[in-house]
Amino acid sequence: MKQSPLSALFWRELRIARSVGGGGSMGLVFFLILVSLTPFAIGPDLNLLSRIGPAILWIAALLATLLGLDRLFQSDADDGSLDLLLTASTPLELLVLVKCAAHWMATALPLVIASPLLGLTLAMEPASLAGISLSLLAGTPALTMLGAIGAALTAGLRRGGLLMAVLILPLATPVLIFGVSSAAAASGGTVPFHIPMLILCALSLAAVAGAPFAAAAALRARDA
Amino acid sequence: MNQSHALTCLFARALRVDRGGRVIVRNITFDLCAGEALVALGRNGAGKSTLLRAIAGFLPISDGELSHDGGSDTPLPELCHYVGHADGLKSALTAAENLEFWARMLARRSSSEVLSPLQALERVNLKRLADFPVAYLSAGQKRRVALARLFVAPRPLWILDEPATALDVASQEVLSEAFARHRGAGGMIIAATHAPLGLTDAAVLQLDAAVRAPGGNG
Repeated sequence: MKQSPLSALFWRELRIARSVGGGGSMGLVFFLILVSLTPFAIGPDLNLLSRIGPAILWIAALLATLLGLDRLFQSDADDGSLDLLLTASTPLELLVLVKCAAHWMATALPLVIASPLLGLTLAMEPASLAGISLSLLAGTPALTMLGAIGAALTAGLRRGGLLMAVLILPLATPVLIFGVSSAAAASGGTVPFHIPMLILCALSLAAVAGAPFAAAAALRARDA
Repeated sequence: MNQSHALTCLFARALRVDRGGRVIVRNITFDLCAGEALVALGRNGAGKSTLLRAIAGFLPISDGELSHDGGSDTPLPELCHYVGHADGLKSALTAAENLEFWARMLARRSSSEVLSPLQALERVNLKRLADFPVAYLSAGQKRRVALARLFVAPRPLWILDEPATALDVASQEVLSEAFARHRGAGGMIIAATHAPLGLTDAAVLQLDAAVRAPGGNG
C-alpha cells in the first residue's frame, strides 16, 4: 500500500520519538519527577495539596511539553532534512501540522494519561482528576502548536532551547489560566466547568489553525 | 509520456545572492537545457554552496531572474533534488527506512523510472546494509545512501554540492554512470565539485571571488 507523504512523515516522527535518544519518554519522566517532588517541597498538608494540585499538574505539563519541543525542527535543520522537506510538493504548513501532531502523540498524550495517577499523589478529588485530564487533553495541543512557532524561530540556532522557552512561556499564559480554572471548576466552584473548558478548546483550535503558518514562515526565512 | 523530465531549460540572468547584507555571488548568468550539466568552480568560500542553495530555493535571490521552461508551472524547488553537505538521514532509522520516507515525500506524479529503496541501495552497492541504522554507517556509506535518494524519486534537476565527498573510487564510478544515465534521459545536473565524475563535457561556471569586497569570507 502506498503511503501518502503526510502519513509517511507522521510514522517517521513517531518512530524517531520512540527510539533511543528520541526524547519521546523524557517529557513524561520529567513530568513525573516534577509532580512527585512538589509534596516534598510543600509538606504533607493534604488540603493545601488538593487545592493547588491542578496548578502544579498544569505547570509541570507546560514545562514537560517545552522540554522536547526545541528539537522539533532543530534536528531536521541539523541533518539537512528540513532543506529537503522544502523541495517536497506538499505545503510546508501541512508538514508542520503533521510533525506537531506526531509530537503531541509522542509527548503530550502520555502526560494526559498519567495526570490522573499523579493527581492521586496530590490528594485531588475524583471530579478534579477527571477535570485535569480533560483540561490537559484540550489544552496541550495549544502548547505544542505555540511551541512549534518558537521551535521554528530557533531552529537555526545552537542552544536555542532556552530562547524558545523565553519566547513561548508568555504566550502560553492564557492556556495555563483557563486550563487550571477548568480543572478547578470540575470539583465545584462558582464557575460552571464548561465555560473555561470551551475557552480552552477555542485557544487550542486557534493555535492549530494559525501556528502552522507562523512556523512555516519562520522555517522558510531561517537561512535568509 | 515522460513527464518527470518535462523540464526543458533553466535560465539564470544576472543572479545576485546576499547573505546577512553582504553580496556573496553576483552576476551569475547561464542557460542549462535538457541533458546538459553545469559545474560550479571556485576557491573555498567563493559562494558555490550559496549559489546552489539559492537555485534550489532555500535562499532568496536578491537580484536577477531565474526561470525555467516546461515542468508544467511546477515551482523549481519541486523539480530538483538537492544533495548537500548534510545527508538528510535520520540516524535512528535504517537506510531502507530513510529512503522509503524520502521516496514518499519527494515523489512526483507520473514519474518514469522509479527504483524501490532496495533497488536504489543495490545500485550504490549498499543492499546488505539496508537494515542497519544509519548511525552505524561510515561517512562514505551515508553519502551513498543520500545519493540513492536521487533514484527513488526521479526529478529532472539534480543540484549536488560536493557529491563526491568521502566516496571511494568505485562509488565515484557508480555516480558517473548515474550522471550519464540521468543526462541521457533528458535530466540536468548542477554540481559544485572538483572530482571529474564524468562531467568533463559540462559547462563551467567560474565563481570569481574577486568581485566581492575585500575581506569577505562568505
